[in-house]
Amino acid sequence: MNIAPYLLLATLEGLVQASVLMLTALGLSLVFGVMRVVNVAHGEFFMLGAVGAWICATLIPGPPAVAFVAALVLAPLFVGAIAWAADWAILKRIDYNPEATIVATIGLMYIIQQTTLWSFGPNAQAVDAPFYYTLRFPWFGYSTYKFFIIGAAVVLVGGLLYFLRHSKVGLVMRATQFDRETAQNFGISVGRVYSIVFAVGAMLAAIGGVLVVPAQQAHYLMGHDPLLLSFVVVIVGGLGSIPGTIAAAILIGMSDGLLSVFFSPTLAKIFSTLLVALVLVFKPEGLFGKAGR
Amino acid sequence: MAEVTLLRTQGLARHFDGIKAVDGVDFTLHQGEIRAIIGPNGAGKSTFVGLLSGRIKPSAGRVEFAGRDVTGLPAHKRVRMGLAYTFQITNIYKEMTVLENVAIAAQNRLRPNMLRRNPGGEAEIERVASEAARSVGLGEMLGETAGTLAYGHQRLVEVAMGLAQSPRLLILDEPTQGLSDGEIANFNAVVRKVSETATVLLIEHNMDVVMALADRITVLDQGRVLAEGTPAEITASAAVQAAYLGEPA
Amino acid sequence: MVLHNKKLAALCLAVLVLLFALQFVLSSYMILAATRILILAVFAMGYNMLMGYTGLLSLGHAMFFAAGVYASGMVTYYFGVSLPLAFLIGILGAFAASLIIGLLVLRTQTVSFMIVTLMFAQAAYLTTLYFSRYTGGDQGLTLPTSARSFRLFGQVLDMTSDLTRYNIAFAVFAVTLIGLYLITQGPIGRLFVAVRENEDRTRMLGFDTYRIKLVAFTVSGTVSGMAGALYGLMFGFVGSSFAAFQTSIEALLYTLIGGPGTLLGPLLGTTVMTMLIDRLSGLTTAYLVVIGVLLIVVTLWFPAGILGTIRNRWLPWLK
Repeated sequence: MNIAPYLLLATLEGLVQASVLMLTALGLSLVFGVMRVVNVAHGEFFMLGAVGAWICATLIPGPPAVAFVAALVLAPLFVGAIAWAADWAILKRIDYNPEATIVATIGLMYIIQQTTLWSFGPNAQAVDAPFYYTLRFPWFGYSTYKFFIIGAAVVLVGGLLYFLRHSKVGLVMRATQFDRETAQNFGISVGRVYSIVFAVGAMLAAIGGVLVVPAQQAHYLMGHDPLLLSFVVVIVGGLGSIPGTIAAAILIGMSDGLLSVFFSPTLAKIFSTLLVALVLVFKPEGLFGKAGR
Repeated sequence: MAEVTLLRTQGLARHFDGIKAVDGVDFTLHQGEIRAIIGPNGAGKSTFVGLLSGRIKPSAGRVEFAGRDVTGLPAHKRVRMGLAYTFQITNIYKEMTVLENVAIAAQNRLRPNMLRRNPGGEAEIERVASEAARSVGLGEMLGETAGTLAYGHQRLVEVAMGLAQSPRLLILDEPTQGLSDGEIANFNAVVRKVSETATVLLIEHNMDVVMALADRITVLDQGRVLAEGTPAEITASAAVQAAYLGEPA
Repeated sequence: MVLHNKKLAALCLAVLVLLFALQFVLSSYMILAATRILILAVFAMGYNMLMGYTGLLSLGHAMFFAAGVYASGMVTYYFGVSLPLAFLIGILGAFAASLIIGLLVLRTQTVSFMIVTLMFAQAAYLTTLYFSRYTGGDQGLTLPTSARSFRLFGQVLDMTSDLTRYNIAFAVFAVTLIGLYLITQGPIGRLFVAVRENEDRTRMLGFDTYRIKLVAFTVSGTVSGMAGALYGLMFGFVGSSFAAFQTSIEALLYTLIGGPGTLLGPLLGTTVMTMLIDRLSGLTTAYLVVIGVLLIVVTLWFPAGILGTIRNRWLPWLK
C-alpha cells in the first residue's frame, strides 16, 4: 500500500493543527511567562472564539466571508473582555497565588462551559468557511481554507513577535516578565500589565478558535483538547519561552496529526499527556527552555 | 587538654556561575567551644553555613562531622547525627503553638523511625519540649500561636527548637538580628548555658555579642579564611580591620 | 495516647452512632443516597490526607479511585473472583498505583505537582477508553448477577439490598474514620502538617520529607482506591467516568467545602455537595455550573471550608 498519500495528508493536517496550536499555546505561554500563573480555563477562551464565530455566521447576513471577518474582530474582543473581567474579579483578589489561581480557573472553566451548554445547546454546530476552493491532489482534495489557516497563523504570530519586540507595550510586558519588582520601581503598573496580558492571551486563543471552526465544528466541550495540547506545547517548549513554544507547537502539532492518522486520536492524546507529565518530572525546564528561569 | 574535633572541612568550595562564594576553606571546630564566624557582607558566610548544614552541595572539598564524612549526606541526615540549625530569617511553624513547634523538634530525637511505636512517647515529647521552651524563657507562652509572638520571642522559639534536639552542634545563623538590647542579653545567657552541653557555631554581625560569647573567632573574606583566633587577637589584627573598613592591609 | 484529642474522638463516635441509626429512620431512596455519600466521603477522606493535611494539591485522584474500581471490577467480571477477595485486590491495585505514581510525582512541587497529577490521571482515563475492548470504555462493564452477592461466615450478603449495602458502606467508613483518626491525631499526622506548614523547617529538624510525603501520598491513594473498589462492587458497575477529570474535581471540591485538614470535613462536604447537586440536576442540564461557582467562592472567601472556619474561630480541637 502506498503510504505517501497518507503521509502527505497527515503532514497537512499536522500543519493545520500546529498553526492553530501555536496561537493558542502562545496565549497560555504569554500568561505564564509574565504572570507566572496557569489558566485552566484557557481552552474555554478558544471554545468561545469558535462559538462566537458561529453566532456571527448565524446573525450576520450575506456571504460567509463577511461573517468571518466580523467574527475575527468581534469574538476576540468579546473573549478579551471576559478575560479582563475574570482577572479583575478573581485573579487580582487572590493576588495571583499560583495554586489558588489553578483552582479558581478550574471553576471559571466549569462556569464558561456550562453557560455555553445552557445557551448554545449540547450539539455541535457547523460554520461555513469564508471561501471554498478545493485543491486537487492526485489522491485527494484538500480545502484551501486550511492553507489559509496556516498562513493566517504565521502572519499573526509574526505580528505578535514584532509587537513584543518593537512596541512600547511589548517592551513593558517583557520588562514585567523579566523582573516584576524592578518594573514596578520604574513606574510600570504591574496590575495593569497583568490585565492586558491575560486579555491578550485569551484573545489569541479565541482567534485560534475562529480560524479553526470552519474546519471542525463548534461544540461546548471543544476547549478540552486544545487546552491539553497547549499545556504540552508550553511545558515541552519551556514555560515562558516564546521560541520554545513555537518550536514545540510545530513538533507536537505534527506528531499529534501523524499519530491520529496512523494510529488513533486517543493514543495520540495518551502520548501527549504522558509526555507533559514525564517532562515535568524529569526535565522541568522543558526540552528547549533554560534551567532555573 | 585534648581537643576533640567535632566538625572539619577540607578545601570546601562552592561556585555559582563563575562566582567563588566559598573558595577552598579549611575549618576545624572543636567540641565544647563557642566559635563565631564573622566577615564583611559577601564574605561567603551564608554559603559556608549552607555547606556545613547540607542545604547547599559543595563544588569541591569535604565536610566531616563527628568523625564521619558527610560531604554527600543530605541535610536531614546531618540533623539526625546531631547538627541543629536555626534559620537566619525566622522559620518556624507560624500557625502552631510554641509547644507544638518545639515538640516537633523534640520528636525527631525521641522517635527516629516515624512508624515505630513508643508507648508513653507523647508525654515524653511534651516534657522535653516544655523544658527546652522554659530554658529560653518561653515557659509562660507555651500555648500561644507562634506567629502572633513578638519577633524577639519568635527567635527564641527557634533556639528552643534547636535545644529540644539535644544536639552536639548548634548552628545559630545571625540569631540576634532584630532583637532589642534586653533580648540580646537574655540570648547571651541562653547560649552560655547551651554551651555547657553542646558546641555552638555562631554566625554574627553584632560584634558585642561575638566578643561576649566567642571562645574563638573565624573571619571569612571573599570566600576564604582571613584570620582565626581569640577575640583579642582578632580585634588587634590589621588584616581584619582592613577587610571590614576597605583599607589596604 | 490514643485519646490525645478527647473532644474530637467523642464527636467522631457520636457521628458514627448517628450514621448507624439513620438506617432505621430513612426511606429507601435516602438510604441509597446515604450509601453513596458514605463511600464518596471515604474517597474524599483519602484525598484530604494528601491535600488537607499534607498540603499537596492533587488534581488527579480519580486515577486512584478508578484503580480500585477497575482492579476489583475486572477480576470479578473476567475471573469470577468473590467480592471480598475482589475488594482486597482493588485495594492492592490502588496501593501499587499510588506508590508508583507517588515516587514519580513527588519529585515536583506546587504548580508542577498539580499539573503532573492531572496529566497522569488524564492518561489513565484515556487508557480506559483506548482499551475499551476490555474495560467497556464509557459504556462500562455491568457485573453479572453472580457478582452481586457473597457469603460471609455462612450468611449470604446481597448487594442489591439497600440495608446490606448501607451497613457495609458504614462499616468501611467507620474503619476508615478510626484509622485516619489514629494517623492524623498522632505523630505521623503531626509530621504531615509540619511538611505542609513549613517543609524546609521540617527537613532541617531531621525529617526525610520526601519519605513523609510518599507515606501521605500512598495512604491517600490507597484509601481513595478502597472507596472506588467498594463503589464499583457495590453498585455492580465499572466505567470510564470514574477516571474522569470531574471525579478528581469532586474530591477536591467536597474536601474544600467541608474543610481541608479536618477529619470530618470531607464527610460534611460530600453530604452537602451530593445533596445540592442532586437537587440542581433536576432543575437544569447545566447544573455543573454550581461546581464552578463554588470553587471560585471557596477560593476567594472560604479556603478553610466549613469545619475549618469553625476550627479557626471557635473550636481549635476540631482538627
